[in-house]
Amino acid sequence: MATYSTNEFKRGLKIMLDGDPYNIVENEFVKPGKGQAFNRVKVRNLKTGRVIERTFKSGESVEAADVMDTDMQYLYSDGEAWHFMHPETFEQIAADASAIGDEAKWLKEQDMCVVTLWNGVPISVTPPNHVILTVVETDPGVRGDTATGGTKPAICDTGAVVQVPLFIDVGDQLKVDTRSGAYISRAKE
Amino acid sequence: MAPGSDGRPDWQPVAPLENLRRRARLLQRIRAFFAERGVMEVETPALSRAAITDPHLQSFAARYSGPGHAAGLPLYLHTSPEFPMKRLLAAGAGPIYQLCKVFRQGEAGRRHNPEFTLLEWYRPGYDHHALMDEVEALAASVLGLAERAERISYREAFRRYLNIDPLESPLDALRAAARDHGIRGFDAEEQRDLWLDLLLSHCIEPELGREGLCFLYDYPASQAALARLNPEDPRLAERFELYYRGVELANGFHELADAGEQRRRFETERTARRKQGLEQVPLDEYLLAALEQLPDCSGVALGIDRLVMLALGADSLDEVMAFTIDNC
Repeated sequence: MATYSTNEFKRGLKIMLDGDPYNIVENEFVKPGKGQAFNRVKVRNLKTGRVIERTFKSGESVEAADVMDTDMQYLYSDGEAWHFMHPETFEQIAADASAIGDEAKWLKEQDMCVVTLWNGVPISVTPPNHVILTVVETDPGVRGDTATGGTKPAICDTGAVVQVPLFIDVGDQLKVDTRSGAYISRAKE
Repeated sequence: MAPGSDGRPDWQPVAPLENLRRRARLLQRIRAFFAERGVMEVETPALSRAAITDPHLQSFAARYSGPGHAAGLPLYLHTSPEFPMKRLLAAGAGPIYQLCKVFRQGEAGRRHNPEFTLLEWYRPGYDHHALMDEVEALAASVLGLAERAERISYREAFRRYLNIDPLESPLDALRAAARDHGIRGFDAEEQRDLWLDLLLSHCIEPELGREGLCFLYDYPASQAALARLNPEDPRLAERFELYYRGVELANGFHELADAGEQRRRFETERTARRKQGLEQVPLDEYLLAALEQLPDCSGVALGIDRLVMLALGADSLDEVMAFTIDNC
């Protein structure tokens, strides 16, 4: 079993806590006066995304988490699983709904995603920062209105609902920021 | 080595030069403070045959070989200049201070660097309360603070912030207080001082000195280090620490002058080191011999880098140090 000493702690290190893999977000060395030294860390649960605080006695060892970020191409969903392929080895892997979570709405076939594997099993998927989606449903576009700044909801081909400017029509392609969910621009084919 | 953007080593200082200029001015002001008060500046060796036995402090080891020591002489870099300064006091030096680099293995972070600058001074005839007055005058002047410092006993601080008594509350009450503050993973720990350190560093220190300087004083006897015990209540040690904005700045003692008691404490610490699998280090027999003649005095060590950091409104030591462990 691989372990890390607190002296190896740094941002991005993957460790095991209570049976779950975590990513160190922040690491602070604290030492009261003449007393015991501690490492106070903020860690993100790689399965749930939740951030918690933990403290370790400095010098202690913690189990390492076998976590790997891999660039993979999204192929398709069969309704139960989302299938990804490694672009060089062509190895395919299936992620379940708990790993995909809310990101399903940003997944476009052929797009490259970061699949986080824990002991070889996908636990989370990060879509590209920007994706191109096609509008499948929205109120009719208001021609020429590029200035008033009003918005309306548009449903996209992946199921994502994005707030868009009033001039957008069904069939338009949108560039969307997946981190904020915000419309960026119309995409030109 | 940290590579720069052009691939060559990044040789530039980490702190802006303007901060180093301000640091230099603050050091001048500190020297003037002691000159006005008739406290003599001294210098003592950074190298020593002996090392501190405190299990929470680890010394860097070094080795001299040359004339007089063909086979080599094992030495340690000091973690503070306390022991040789006490030998000067015992020799009749009177009030003395020193500004020097000290070295502590295993300590690095936003508020720690393994090599840092310490201001240490001693006042014969002062108890720890009288020395707190002088620490307050110096720190207030450097930090530009006018108001009087708050003084709160260690016991009162635990009562105020955690509603427990650090001396009397059962271990389970300390455990419960830690749990209430979201501290997990220590339930198997049986050492009272570890629980006190956990609670102090996580729940109390961040609250200390929010508005101005704050002294925490009269520590549990188990954390006396080199302080004498309170003659009326031997559960307490005449030790204090200074905080400002949650940052620990100084640690002071009404100094223990009993060589027999000092030797017993060293031996207790050596036993603790053995149990923890830490390196055994030689006792400072020079200090023990000199303690017989140590005048009644108080002494304090103040972290200069942290003081400058706070005076400049900075948040981490690398903003006020030319170079750190990351690029030395």
